[in-house]
Amino acid sequence: MDTFLSEGSNLAGAVDRAFIFIFTISFIFTIGITAMMVYILIHFSRKKVKNPRQFTGSVKLEIVWTVVPLIIVLMMFYFGWVGFAPMRKVPANAMPIKVIGRMWTWDFDYGNGKISKELVVPYNRDIKLNLVSLDVNHGLFIPAFRVKEDVIPGYSNYLWFRPIIKDTFDIFCTEYCGLAHSGMVSKVIVIDSLAFEKWLVDLKVTGDVPDHPGLTIIKTNACLTCHSLDGTRIVGPSFKGLYGSKRIVVTDQGEKEVEAFDDYIKRSILDPNAEVVKGFNKGLMQSYKEVLKGEDLDKIVDYFRTSVEKK
Amino acid sequence: MNDSSTAVPLNFLNHKTGLWSWLSSTDHKRIGLLYLYSITVFFCVAAVLGLLMKIEKFAPGQTIMTAQTYNGMFTIHGIIMIFIVVIPGLAAVFGNILLPIMIGAKDVAFPKLNLFSWYVYITGAFLGLYSQFAHGHVPDTGWTFYVPYSAEATSNVVIALTAAFVLGFASILTGLNFIVTIHRMRAPGMTWFRMPLFPWSLYATAWIQILATPIIGITLLMVIAERTFQIGFFDPKLGGDPVLYQHLFWIYSHPAVYVMILPAMGVVSEIFPTFSQKPIFGYGAIVFSSLAIAFVGYLVWGHHMYTSGMSYQARWAFSLLTFLVAVPSAIKVFNWLSTMYGGSVDLKPPLLYAISFIFLFSIGGFTGLTLGSLATDIQVHNTEFIVAHFHYIIFGGMGFGFFAAIHYWYPKIYGRMYSNRWAYIAWGILFTGFNILYFPMFIMGIQGMPRRYFDYDPKFTLGQEISSIGAFILIIGLIAMISNLVYHRRKGAIAPANPWHGVTLEWQIPSPPPHENFDEVPVITHDPYVFDHPYTK
Repeated sequence: MDTFLSEGSNLAGAVDRAFIFIFTISFIFTIGITAMMVYILIHFSRKKVKNPRQFTGSVKLEIVWTVVPLIIVLMMFYFGWVGFAPMRKVPANAMPIKVIGRMWTWDFDYGNGKISKELVVPYNRDIKLNLVSLDVNHGLFIPAFRVKEDVIPGYSNYLWFRPIIKDTFDIFCTEYCGLAHSGMVSKVIVIDSLAFEKWLVDLKVTGDVPDHPGLTIIKTNACLTCHSLDGTRIVGPSFKGLYGSKRIVVTDQGEKEVEAFDDYIKRSILDPNAEVVKGFNKGLMQSYKEVLKGEDLDKIVDYFRTSVEKK
Repeated sequence: MNDSSTAVPLNFLNHKTGLWSWLSSTDHKRIGLLYLYSITVFFCVAAVLGLLMKIEKFAPGQTIMTAQTYNGMFTIHGIIMIFIVVIPGLAAVFGNILLPIMIGAKDVAFPKLNLFSWYVYITGAFLGLYSQFAHGHVPDTGWTFYVPYSAEATSNVVIALTAAFVLGFASILTGLNFIVTIHRMRAPGMTWFRMPLFPWSLYATAWIQILATPIIGITLLMVIAERTFQIGFFDPKLGGDPVLYQHLFWIYSHPAVYVMILPAMGVVSEIFPTFSQKPIFGYGAIVFSSLAIAFVGYLVWGHHMYTSGMSYQARWAFSLLTFLVAVPSAIKVFNWLSTMYGGSVDLKPPLLYAISFIFLFSIGGFTGLTLGSLATDIQVHNTEFIVAHFHYIIFGGMGFGFFAAIHYWYPKIYGRMYSNRWAYIAWGILFTGFNILYFPMFIMGIQGMPRRYFDYDPKFTLGQEISSIGAFILIIGLIAMISNLVYHRRKGAIAPANPWHGVTLEWQIPSPPPHENFDEVPVITHDPYVFDHPYTK
């Protein structure tokens, strides 16, 4: 991974030129102002100057240091605008990819039910990302491409770029979106056009087999942020092999063993802190009493039962 | 009163004693001190939260707290620092204590309203804290309360906005009081352009407080209407617009940044002439640049929202206006430097803090240009770059301006001197820690490290470690500075009426000032910064 940022897109060069222009002028002025202060402190120190001069101003100087900064900032505005303007002008033949942001994951939808967790794009081709949020505000940021746009529910925001380096780059969420905001990251992978076509053909169609309705509820309520499906330990215990398993839980009265059948699973959703699986922390999960209805709970339990029975 | 026979003459601190005499005092100086003490307590709490966050970030992954706790901490840190410490900050503390004295008045125009403002402020402060813990909910919206996230699941955003509104109300009342005071209560002969620059900066600030703060009230009413009557203003589920909320939030909160920084500019405009024994350079330019900042500052809120999906035209228009507001700040810096040039410069602690203010504020200002420019903002928006920029402006600017003010007026307020030696040492630690803490965040931000991230990519580890070490040094510096001031409040050497040989009115009366400031109403016959008999001769 690059430690110093590469210019991974066609837009990056102009952004960096604006940055270098602003930085150079700022650096010169900061050094100048600081040097001036040090010079004054030494040259006009009270030890040396016993008779301070009493002038009160100069119209000429005021005009100079109003007009010169004005010209400089207008130039800075100009360079910033020049680097920015192309970002909003999407080429007509750009390849559209729908980006779906939700707490706390990205989905990249290539159409026809082909959805990827990573943004794979063909090298040197114009790509337009249509940004959609399913819940709260998110921000799609690809530092190496110098692109960033907010992903806001109800808005159809977009961004575009043409990747010019074949490599893998970071994607970050930059609009605060709750608990696992810093975990809402992905990668953009730039590959040859041919390799991309093959990858797209091989990409599994996820829309074909609809999820179990219980799993859909689990996904939409972001349960998977803390509970994995594959046995990985996250914040809470994994859902893998849950139904019918025996586990030690800690209650206010001490430890006891329970079997994870319907009642226990529903209790754990509605009153999660009453019985906490040993080895996990209390107080991290809040009750879903207000969020999930009785039939939702039945569907979730049914999902857990069927997923164990399948094996 | 037998003040001639006692060892300690009667002054505003000792003419009445007891807690109630403070809590019921309508004396502007005592009210200023009430603000000072409450703000200091809140500042220390929020600073400790900041340190804890930096310890958490010392290594990637979980270090000392969970993600939920971290998100809560940056939220509370922001709310306390912005709404409870920095917005009232200089205006409420030093504005209250010094504005009437500096214009030759015995008090503000409405002393009872002034005391009432403090109670409103305290109510708002506790409401703000309550909003974050109400209904057993862990706080985690960020200080910006962006919808729809802030509107999900709990109704705390209503309480939080109410708190911002109540605090804003205290701010409106103080602003109103100051405007009337400045218009009606200047001493005979003190024309507008014989008024010192700190009162001028308070005047510009007060107008922003009065005109911008009601927006947060309107926003609050809209949020309540949305939640109660299901009128879709902001929530997309009701057909509302989340970006509208951002507009309204920043229409208030961006001018609020100038409420924070303008009084600090006023403070250093007092300090440079005194410690150079030389008139301020370009008095008129400094006055008009303050007014220009106050005016143009209303029109730049959109630069917080370049990536929000706002129209292309709106983006470049806001960028252009943002660049224009940079010019008055630059004018001020050049005028301050020219004030010292040719003077007899005495590097006492207040001047040291004022010079650090210029240095840190310049870095904050120049990095602000990167954020005002469209192309570069796209890259650094919502990264640690903006966190660093903001802390350079607000902590390096307003904060160091506040430290300059307390070191400048401390002998006047308490009639005692702090230790200069300790003031220099504390400054050294503070200034070093400050830069080690915040400067690496510029670099990490450019490299793409987003803000409000509990966890981070391991490639940022070194920068985060350096920054965390800076946080420890900064806190040590703060402890050293506050200890010096607290200890010498009673143990310090007795301060003379005019230790720095200042020429504004507060230096012509005893330290601490008497209860009603002036035995005789002063008559002003000349400009504010005339050093007739420089003691350096």
